[in-house]
Amino acid sequence: MLQINLHKSKPFTYFVLQSAFYMNEQQQTLEELQHIKKMMERSSRFISLSGLSGVAAGVCALVGAWFANNVVVENGGPSGYREVFTRSMGATSLQDFMGHRLFQIAALTFVAAFCLSFLFTWLRSKKNNTPIWGYTAQRLLINVAVPMAAGGIYLFKQMQFGNYGLIAPGCLIFYGLALVNASKYTLGEVRWLGYCQLLLGIINCWFVGYGLYFWAIGFGVLHIVYGIVMWYRYEKNKQ
Amino acid sequence: MNLIENLNKIFDSRIRLGIMSALMVNTAINFNELKELLSITDGNLASHLKTLEENDFVKVHKGFIGKKTNTTYSVTKAGEKAFKSHLVALEKMIGSMK
Repeated sequence: MLQINLHKSKPFTYFVLQSAFYMNEQQQTLEELQHIKKMMERSSRFISLSGLSGVAAGVCALVGAWFANNVVVENGGPSGYREVFTRSMGATSLQDFMGHRLFQIAALTFVAAFCLSFLFTWLRSKKNNTPIWGYTAQRLLINVAVPMAAGGIYLFKQMQFGNYGLIAPGCLIFYGLALVNASKYTLGEVRWLGYCQLLLGIINCWFVGYGLYFWAIGFGVLHIVYGIVMWYRYEKNKQ
Repeated sequence: MNLIENLNKIFDSRIRLGIMSALMVNTAINFNELKELLSITDGNLASHLKTLEENDFVKVHKGFIGKKTNTTYSVTKAGEKAFKSHLVALEKMIGSMK
């Protein structure tokens, strides 16, 4: 990056030629420090996570929310929003619930978001020549998976007891916790995304029945905002 | 005072500098992870690790995961000290040129 800029500006090139030795030494020292920084980062955190992954996941979530909203409107109209969600979406048993259109949309959205975000991160790791399945990736995945799995089991149990209204806020809260935990093993900004999801989930606890709106904001809008910020910060200039 | 003299000769190599940087922020790293991190060949990495080991900058731990050998490396007190003073020397070099 630095080198390209040097060659672009002519007056600066003359200056470089005049003091070639001086610049050379300074640049070497700088490069050495950059190398140290890079090695420290690469060895301790999974840094290939692409901002575009966040944008892709967010877009998937919004598309999913749009389809889900249509189903809700069909079943009870916008005024029946609250009822449709708290009364187990008209399902009488867990099996019924699993086969419900809304559940299918949610599952499909998750799979699409996961695949697309994996794709962008994979592309970035290819470009940066960082191994995608290294020690850092494994550590990141474990630290995301533990709170998510615990949360998943807990929410599954909630469903069995018929507390459908708490599922949506619960997902946001556990996802937020997973992100806060994961931020130690990847780009640090993930922590802020985690705090926002947590906050959203907690607010949602007082607006039971409006989970879809909160999901659209949390999984959709927040992911897109996060992704764009990260892309500008880390990837834009390195194209 | 010649600032360059303060720079440790062992850290002249980008690979050895990379190994030390990675070990400074991790309690231990195994051979394959280092190989991936630096994208170099087995032989190349082994020879650089040997140099660091001979200078008592790095300690080796030979263990097993199942039947496979798992050789991990970590930084020694002496290595940590040398790395830190190398950083200070680099800092001074930048500072003196301002």
